Amino acid sequence: MAARLLPFGDDRARPAAPTPIEISVDGVTATGVAGQSIAGVLLASGRLDWRRTSSAGAPRGLFCGIGVCFDCIVTVNGDRDVRACMRRAADGDEVLSQHDSLPEVTA
Amino acid sequence: MTRVLVIGAGPAGLAAAAAARARGASVILLDAADVLGGQYWRHLPAERPAADERILHHGWSTFTALRDRLEADAGCEIITGAQVWAIEAGTDAAPTVHALIGPADGGRRRGRSFTPDAVVFATGAHDRTLPFPGWDLPGVFTAGAAQAFAKGERVAVGHRVVVAGAGPFLLPVAASLAQTGARVLGVYEASRTSGLLRGWLPKPWQLLGSAKKGGELAGYVGNHVRNRIPYRLGRAVIAAHGTERVEAVTIARLDAGWAPIPGTERRIAADAVCVSHGFTPRLELPIAAGCRVTGDGFISVDAAQRSSVPGVYAAGEITGIGGADAALAEGGVAGHCAAGGDPSDPALRTTVRARDNASGFAARIEAAHGIRPGWQSWLGDDTIVCRCEEVPYGRLRDIAHDTCSSGLRSLKLSTRAGLGICQGRICGRTVEHLLGTAGGADPVRSDRRPIAAPVRIGELAATLSPQEPIEHVQGKGTNV
Repeated sequence: MAARLLPFGDDRARPAAPTPIEISVDGVTATGVAGQSIAGVLLASGRLDWRRTSSAGAPRGLFCGIGVCFDCIVTVNGDRDVRACMRRAADGDEVLSQHDSLPEVTA
Repeated sequence: MTRVLVIGAGPAGLAAAAAARARGASVILLDAADVLGGQYWRHLPAERPAADERILHHGWSTFTALRDRLEADAGCEIITGAQVWAIEAGTDAAPTVHALIGPADGGRRRGRSFTPDAVVFATGAHDRTLPFPGWDLPGVFTAGAAQAFAKGERVAVGHRVVVAGAGPFLLPVAASLAQTGARVLGVYEASRTSGLLRGWLPKPWQLLGSAKKGGELAGYVGNHVRNRIPYRLGRAVIAAHGTERVEAVTIARLDAGWAPIPGTERRIAADAVCVSHGFTPRLELPIAAGCRVTGDGFISVDAAQRSSVPGVYAAGEITGIGGADAALAEGGVAGHCAAGGDPSDPALRTTVRARDNASGFAARIEAAHGIRPGWQSWLGDDTIVCRCEEVPYGRLRDIAHDTCSSGLRSLKLSTRAGLGICQGRICGRTVEHLLGTAGGADPVRSDRRPIAAPVRIGELAATLSPQEPIEHVQGKGTNV
């Protein structure tokens, strides 16, 4: 078990019943609730990393959570480098993970 | 009528906007997020109303009162989703502020520029997380991320969670995680009892004095007891372990200088680690406006919260890490004075007193929880320091030594540390420390960022020549 969305019925803050949304992540459907960030949908759907670094190809996902570190960037509906923690997920969003390999040097 | 632009809608910015309106100015309030409240009052979006949201927050009624008042006020234009990307310093005038407005990092944002009579910067701070082996693994978060996702989404970032670092902020983070269904295995505070006493004992009322603060603390303690969260002093997470994700952490006892004590290491299984060693003020906008920075890295302000630049004011964490009460009071003073008032005005007496009472809080936090140099001994040669460019400590140290680097700029160019897409926000102060240039010896601070946020070429072109049709340029965002 890892990250998860607190079920609204268990929440002492007594939220209203949420509206489900669906987004596509690398072609696979992920379900979230309206008002979540893309990072929130990804985390709560069991995905902890969604980017590979350029140099080491290391996995990265959410780190700072407030738009500062840019570790969580994804492509959303064709726009690259969108901070997943800052962008609200909209029903039907097409999200692609990013791996920007370094340019090859040729002689 | 004086036109005041307030940048940032957390406690300081909201208070500044309200005070400027009360003094008769017209106000424009900008925030990069799509709701008001900043990180302190990060909350559920309009799509997910909660009947008892106040139980997740401190001072929630203060926030809703400020928000409702400003939203109902025709003299205050609130623009959310506004990413300020550049500031043009004025000559004998307040700066021109350029923003892109629309969904975060979207390709079709609208450019808008502002030429106010006065600007109030209330840009806040973000977590300062010191590097340790494995801190780049998925599952390691800043404490602020855990807090933002707990309060703003009701998502717990992990199931078995370790909270670590330094400062009073760790306690509300642990409380929020527990309220969101996570099992908090422990809160590990690097400062030892002696450090806490040194910081808080001379003026303990600054921690406990006001009923409000005492109530907050009691709330945290009560929450800890209820959830049986151990709060351990003089300990730190010195490594995270795993291959593709965090699986365990090593916790060690620290000496007074934060160096791990050999033989005290203990490994515990965890699926998330939330770490914060304090805060870094978000200075790039005031620096671009020409504001003077103090030796310890904050915006220098006078009794009116006025910076060194005419017409430019600053409030909240960018003038010293003092918490929400200080931010509210400073914002009140800044907004009033930006609108043409004076700190000696009778209407401002209570606010000025609150601000002055809160001063010293920042120094107490620094004395009790300030970063001590021993943390450098938990770095390995292969520990990543700059996360964006993946620069390890050993390479940074060796290149600094081999090139006799004494300046941050030359080291950035020779190692690429701090040149990635976060523009050195995460590692900048760490690199300054490792290089020994923290404290103002090097005038080229890592906080200087002429372009404050990545901007797409197409958006830049559209902003510069707004009469041209806006063409969306598909491609990587420029990172100048």
